[in-house]
Amino acid sequence: MTRVFLVDDHAMFRAGVRAELGGRVDVVGEAGAPAEAVSGIRATRPDVVLLDVHMPEGGGLAVLQALGDDLADTRVLALSVSDAAEDVIALIRAGARGYVTKTISAAELVDAIRRVADGDAVFSPRLAGFVLDAFRDAPTVPSGDPDLDQLTPREREVMRLLARGYTYREIAGELFISVKTVETHASNVLRKLQLSSRHQLTRWAADRRML
Amino acid sequence: MPGRAQGRDNDRVSAPAAVRAAPPRASRRPERGLLGGVAAGIAAHLGIPVRTVRIAFALLVLAGGLGAALYGAYWIVLPVAPDSPPLPSRRRVKDAAAVVLAVMAVGALAQATPSGALFVPIVLGCVGGALIWRQASDPQRDRLRRLSRTSLLASGSDREGQLRLAAGAALVIAGAVLVLARANITAVRDGIVALVVSAGGLALLTGPWWMRLVSQLSEERAERIRSQERAELAAHLHDSVLQTLALIQRNAELPREVARLARGQERELRTLLYGTRTAGDSVADDLRAAAAEVEDAYAVSVDVVVVGDAPSDPGLGALVAAAREAMVNAAKHSGAGEISVYAEAEEDAVTAFVRDRGIGFDPDTAAGDRQGVRGSIIGRMDRHGGTARIVSGAGRGTEIELRMPR
Repeated sequence: MTRVFLVDDHAMFRAGVRAELGGRVDVVGEAGAPAEAVSGIRATRPDVVLLDVHMPEGGGLAVLQALGDDLADTRVLALSVSDAAEDVIALIRAGARGYVTKTISAAELVDAIRRVADGDAVFSPRLAGFVLDAFRDAPTVPSGDPDLDQLTPREREVMRLLARGYTYREIAGELFISVKTVETHASNVLRKLQLSSRHQLTRWAADRRML
Repeated sequence: MPGRAQGRDNDRVSAPAAVRAAPPRASRRPERGLLGGVAAGIAAHLGIPVRTVRIAFALLVLAGGLGAALYGAYWIVLPVAPDSPPLPSRRRVKDAAAVVLAVMAVGALAQATPSGALFVPIVLGCVGGALIWRQASDPQRDRLRRLSRTSLLASGSDREGQLRLAAGAALVIAGAVLVLARANITAVRDGIVALVVSAGGLALLTGPWWMRLVSQLSEERAERIRSQERAELAAHLHDSVLQTLALIQRNAELPREVARLARGQERELRTLLYGTRTAGDSVADDLRAAAAEVEDAYAVSVDVVVVGDAPSDPGLGALVAAAREAMVNAAKHSGAGEISVYAEAEEDAVTAFVRDRGIGFDPDTAAGDRQGVRGSIIGRMDRHGGTARIVSGAGRGTEIELRMPR
C-alpha cells in the first residue's frame, strides 16, 4: 500500500483527509508545520507527501527546499485551496510532482496519490490551463535548451484535454494513444515546467496572481 | 506631509536608543533639599557636592535673577525621585510660601535690573516650556527629548534638525547682541525685538509639540480608516460567512445544497480578498460570471479554466451566452454534479468547451426541453458567425464545443 505523509497546518483538514483515505493508502505520519514535516518525512520515508501550499513558516515551499534531493524515492503532491499560479508554479518548480485543489474528491485524491507514487505527473484542469497559458507565446529570450521552452503539439493537445476535464484514460481514447503515452506526455510537460528557463514563467505567474 | 516624514525619521533614530538601557534620570530630592530639592537632585545626578550647585544657583540669581528662573523651571520639570518619601503637609505649606517669595523676588529683580524688559518674557518662556514639558505624557516627553537630541547631534542627513539648531543659535545670538547693544536702542524697538525673540523661542520650544500634534492627527485618521475597514470586513463576515455557515448546518443532510452554499461563499470571499472582477470587460470574466450564476441557481459546481483572454464584443457575448446555456442544460438534465468549462482565446478565434459526465443524450433525437440546445446554442452561434458542436451519447456525458472567430 502506498505510504503517505500528510502536511497541513489545519489539524481538522488532516483528520478529514486521514479519514477519507483510510484503508486505501497507509498514512504513516502527519505534521502541522514545515520543520516538523521535514523531520517526520526524513524519519518515515514515505512514498508520497501530501503537501499543503500555504502554511506558516514558509509553507510547502520551505519543506521542499529543506528536503532538497535527500529523498529521491519520496514524491510530493501539492494540495492547496489557492488558485494563485505563482504559488503552484513555485512548488512545481521546487520539485512537486503535481497539484490538486482541496476540493478534490476522495477517490480522485487516492488516484492522484497512486499516480504520483508511480512517478507520473498529476495535473488539475487548472494547472493544465496554467501550463498552456505559460507556454503560449514563443519565448522572447531563448534558453540553452529550446526544447524546454515550448510544448510539442501533442503535449499541447494533452494539456488542452486535461484542462477540459478529461481523465488520462479519456485522453488516451480521444487521441487514440495508450494511457502510458499520455502519462509520458504529462511527465514531459512537468519536466519542462520545472526546468524551463523562460523568464515569462515567473512574470506570467505573478500577473495571474488573482485568477 | 512634513510632520509625518519627520516622525518616521525620528522613529528610525530612536530605534537603537530604545534598546539601550535607560540612562539615569535626574530627579528632585525634596527630603534632602532646603526648598524643592532641586539642587540636591542635580548634585546627586552629576555627582558633585550639593553646596557647589547651590552656590551656582545663588550666583545666577545675582546675575539678573536667572538662577531663580532656572530653579523654578527645574522644580517643575524634574520629577520627584521615586524613592523619596512623601513630604509632610507642613513642608508643603513652606514650599508654597517659598514659591510665592521667589516669584515676588523675581518681580522685584525685574524692576531693579536694567534688562528687566527682557527678563520677564524669558521667565515666562521658561515657565511655559516647563509647563508644556510637564503636561506632556511620557511617550510625548520621550519624543520631545528625541527631537531635541536630533537637533543637537544632527547628522548630515538630518536637515531639519540642523536647520532648527541653526535657527535657535541665531535667535540666541540675536538676543545676546540685543542685550549688549541695549543702551543705544530705543525702548520701543527693544520691546518689539524682545517679543520676536521670545516668540521665536516659544516656537522652537513648542515646535516639536505641534509637529507631534499634526502627525498624531494623521495617525489617528489612518487608524480610523483601518478600524472602518475592520468593521466593514466584520460586517461582511457576519452577513455572508456566518449566515452561510448557519445555512450549511441546517442543510447538513443535503450535500448538494451544502456544496452550493460553500462554493458561492468561497467565490464571494475570493472577490472580497483579491479584488472585484466584474463581468463585461473580457470573455474570461464573463464566462466566470456566467458559471457563478449557474452554480448559484442549480447547485452544481462549475470549474472554469481560461487560457488567454479577449475583450468582450457581440460575437464573444454570444459565445458566452451559448456557453451559459450549455452549463444550464448540463446542470438541469445531465444529473452530473460537476461541470467543466474550458475556454481558450487564440489569435483567430475563441473556443469554449462545456463538459459534463452525466447521462448524456442523443443530439439528433433531442426533443422538447432539449430544443433549447438548438435555438440558444447552435442557432445563436450560427447567427454570429460561429459554430457549435455537440458530442454526447447515452451514458457518456456531454461536451459542447463552441467556436467564435475573432
